Amino acid sequence: MRLTVWTYEGPPQVGAMRVATAMRGVHYVVHAPQGDSYADLLFTMIERRPGRPAVSYTSFQARDLGTDTAALFKTAAADAVARFQPEALLVGSSCTGELIQDDPGGLAKALGLSIPVIPLELPSYQRKENWGAAETFYRLVRTMAGPAAPAPGTPRPPRPAGQRPRCNLLGPTALGFRHRDDVQAVVALLGRMGVDVAVVAPLGASPADLARLGDADFNVVLYPEIADTAVRWLERSFGQPSVRTVPIGVGATRAFIAEVAAVAGVDPAPALAEESLRLPWWSRSVDSTYLTGKRVFIFGDATHAVAAARVATEEFGFEVVGLGTYAREYARELRACAGALGLEALITDDYLDVEAAIAEAHPDLVLGTQMERHIAKRLGVPCAVISAPVHVQDFPARTAPQMGFDGANVLFDTWVHPLMMGLEEHLLMMFRDDFEFHGDAAPSHLSAHRPAGEPAADPRDQVAPAATLDGSAAQSDPARTTPPGAPSWEDSAEKELRKVPFFVRGKARRNTERFAAERGLASISVETLYDAKAHFGR
Amino acid sequence: MLRERGQHEVFCGLAGIIWLHRKIQDAFFLIIGSRTCAHLMQSAAGVMIFAEPRFATAVLEEQDLAGLADAQDEIDRVVERLLERRPDIRLLFLVGSCPSEVIKIDLQRAALRLSKVHSARTRVVSYSGSGLETTFTQGEDACLAALVPDLPSAAADEAPDLLVVGTLPDVVEDQFGRLFAEMGIARTAFLPPRRSTALPAIGPKTRFLLAQPFLGDTARCLEARGARRLAAPFPFGVEGTTGWLAAAAQDFGVDDLTFRRVTAPGRERAARALERQRATLEGKRVFFFPESQLEIPLARFLVRELGMEAIEIGTPYLHRAHLAEELALLPDTALLSEGQDVDRQLDRCRAARPDLVVCGLGLANPLEAEGITTKWSIELVFSPIHGYEQAGDLAELFARPLLRRALLKV
Repeated sequence: MRLTVWTYEGPPQVGAMRVATAMRGVHYVVHAPQGDSYADLLFTMIERRPGRPAVSYTSFQARDLGTDTAALFKTAAADAVARFQPEALLVGSSCTGELIQDDPGGLAKALGLSIPVIPLELPSYQRKENWGAAETFYRLVRTMAGPAAPAPGTPRPPRPAGQRPRCNLLGPTALGFRHRDDVQAVVALLGRMGVDVAVVAPLGASPADLARLGDADFNVVLYPEIADTAVRWLERSFGQPSVRTVPIGVGATRAFIAEVAAVAGVDPAPALAEESLRLPWWSRSVDSTYLTGKRVFIFGDATHAVAAARVATEEFGFEVVGLGTYAREYARELRACAGALGLEALITDDYLDVEAAIAEAHPDLVLGTQMERHIAKRLGVPCAVISAPVHVQDFPARTAPQMGFDGANVLFDTWVHPLMMGLEEHLLMMFRDDFEFHGDAAPSHLSAHRPAGEPAADPRDQVAPAATLDGSAAQSDPARTTPPGAPSWEDSAEKELRKVPFFVRGKARRNTERFAAERGLASISVETLYDAKAHFGR
Repeated sequence: MLRERGQHEVFCGLAGIIWLHRKIQDAFFLIIGSRTCAHLMQSAAGVMIFAEPRFATAVLEEQDLAGLADAQDEIDRVVERLLERRPDIRLLFLVGSCPSEVIKIDLQRAALRLSKVHSARTRVVSYSGSGLETTFTQGEDACLAALVPDLPSAAADEAPDLLVVGTLPDVVEDQFGRLFAEMGIARTAFLPPRRSTALPAIGPKTRFLLAQPFLGDTARCLEARGARRLAAPFPFGVEGTTGWLAAAAQDFGVDDLTFRRVTAPGRERAARALERQRATLEGKRVFFFPESQLEIPLARFLVRELGMEAIEIGTPYLHRAHLAEELALLPDTALLSEGQDVDRQLDRCRAARPDLVVCGLGLANPLEAEGITTKWSIELVFSPIHGYEQAGDLAELFARPLLRRALLKV
């Protein structure tokens, strides 16, 4: 048993729901107890879908346990087919359904339905949401496209002369972080290169669409977490090459364009000359100079974390001080990326580990998920969201892709915004003794979580003292727990420290304390502070 | 009366933890379940989960299922670790889930053993919040029923005379406490208490009032310990609150004059507040999907005090004895339905084209997209809605979606 409060991923049946709900003409019947329908509200509330997810539950209860549950499943499956008339039916069990050992696949087969029935084996006690989505998509693709596959070893016929190259976009699902707008951005990008999109799947595709996946010339893997298993099978069965660069950020988008151009045999120039791209100039403009070397901590799914690390270093001039993912399936890719940055990758799905690592790294900016947003809030560090899981505000009404050149523009605004707010906050704080900025003046919006009239001079002072599950919050900041005998700060020095810009204040504090400790000083004076500054500034 | 069985679109009893843990300030709820349970709690608790809540899930892993790890040892280990890190916990609930029940982990035995081990500091109690056993608010029933055996016994002159049963927001609890005191019922206690160290006692003369309609098992357990239930409607709106207070007043021999004097200001304020909402709600047709068992008392309130018409009132479970007073007040034109087959119920709902549908978050937006105005029902278990002072707020919860629909021009 593992003690858990937050989970980065849901159980695998939620992944299956994301695929079923993304598609048209697919229905998923889950053998699940009453109550598992909670997951519907992820789709209707967080993603704000106007229809119910394409899922039916058997809703068995204690009184049904015994032989009855199998009959319940058959009734539910027959009813769902009659009512929703899907072109293909997914059947499977939730975590509890798995334990009662009815066989949804066999039971559905016994109904003699005229549509394809796809049984899903989703081991709920070993695997998680993204794996469930990948497996479901793979099973659907195999079932629908399988009959069209040529005999093994058949060479792929060349594209007829005069026909524009066509590709499939694979991976976007329901409840995916910015999947809606990423698809739009990538379709437009490919269009400028003269490449047509045959099928986008699972998002918006029908089973009939999946049946013609093999017709396209190549596949574009938008989200490896979801599409990779299916794409590997398509590579093997249809001899389709795959484009695997994920176009998040300017550099990656250019690499993506080059890769597509090579695979499709088209000219990359029209796509590269995109005039709406503003990130490079925004980043070079002098206003962005203060972004140089900002310490950033990155955590999320592997695809977004790796992409963010590249964008942060090459396109913002940040220093990446932490990189991690909750997706164990992609630990290898992430370790390689972290290694190249001279970092040790953080592979964990325990938010307490992430919190400790962030506190330890003293970043100026956190790029993460909904969980990191709250961790950063607690630590008083600016934060932007780059990856699922996300809450309702990250399914925005406006167009906000992460991919392509428009996506790069979105990244610039999204990441810099909390820092600008930070600078604003700092300026207000510097002038807080000014007649216009006294302590009772209205706080900026970032101060909502702070008691009124109590300016937190050092962001780290906002660490909530409340006990946490592991009792660590009060001590989560190593710099704040002064071990016995360690140098203490004189009031005047502490006051002087507060004049240091807050985004380097944590570093100044640590360096000074280290400097004093190494010299066996009992207390830190203003002199010590500047001695340390001179020492480390060499 | 329609009884249905089919797909249920409801929460399981684990969801009750979300408000119970806010009420009992020194309690911790440890679910023994799967990743699904943890995910449910995270989805249902929304933003609250980031405030270091006093609940968590011990997620079962492959080795727990294969019998490689002894479940009881595992529970001991997890609880040990938890209590070490949260020494402020005085009451620990081991909460059963569907998976833990299907593989038959004996949580009662674990609770007994752990209670002995940690007797100096922490009481350990178990109950089931599984979807197999409980629907949404029934989780509170199971939790409180599990607490009843632990209530101390007291002599007649020490035990509370009146016990109010069911989680109420603190502000509502205080209002009721004052009303009872003014009537001369001095010794009133509430279950659950705000702190587990202040569990109310039960004596030979203890009488109890249910503040919530979903407490069947809790009432049975209290009666088994000799307490007596006072039959009453539930305290929603002027009529329900007056009837509920009157049930206690009558039993405690409060004279009519005193009762009217004590309740008059509240009744008048509530009536004035309701008048404002009546303009929006009168004549509107309402349809309730089953969720919390609050549906029947709320429909009674909307029909009798605001002039609405109830088309169908769905409830996950109907306790005929506890709701006898409510059913007597309800007009027999409404279809009562118990249980659910959600697709058939949606068919009935669409055919009826009600003005307002009370339903869960899984159905609300899809119905809105079909042009049907909805009130999401979960808010009704989180908001203060009982008693005179909240009657206007309760009516407003139903009026607001209708006002909004009228306001929006896009």
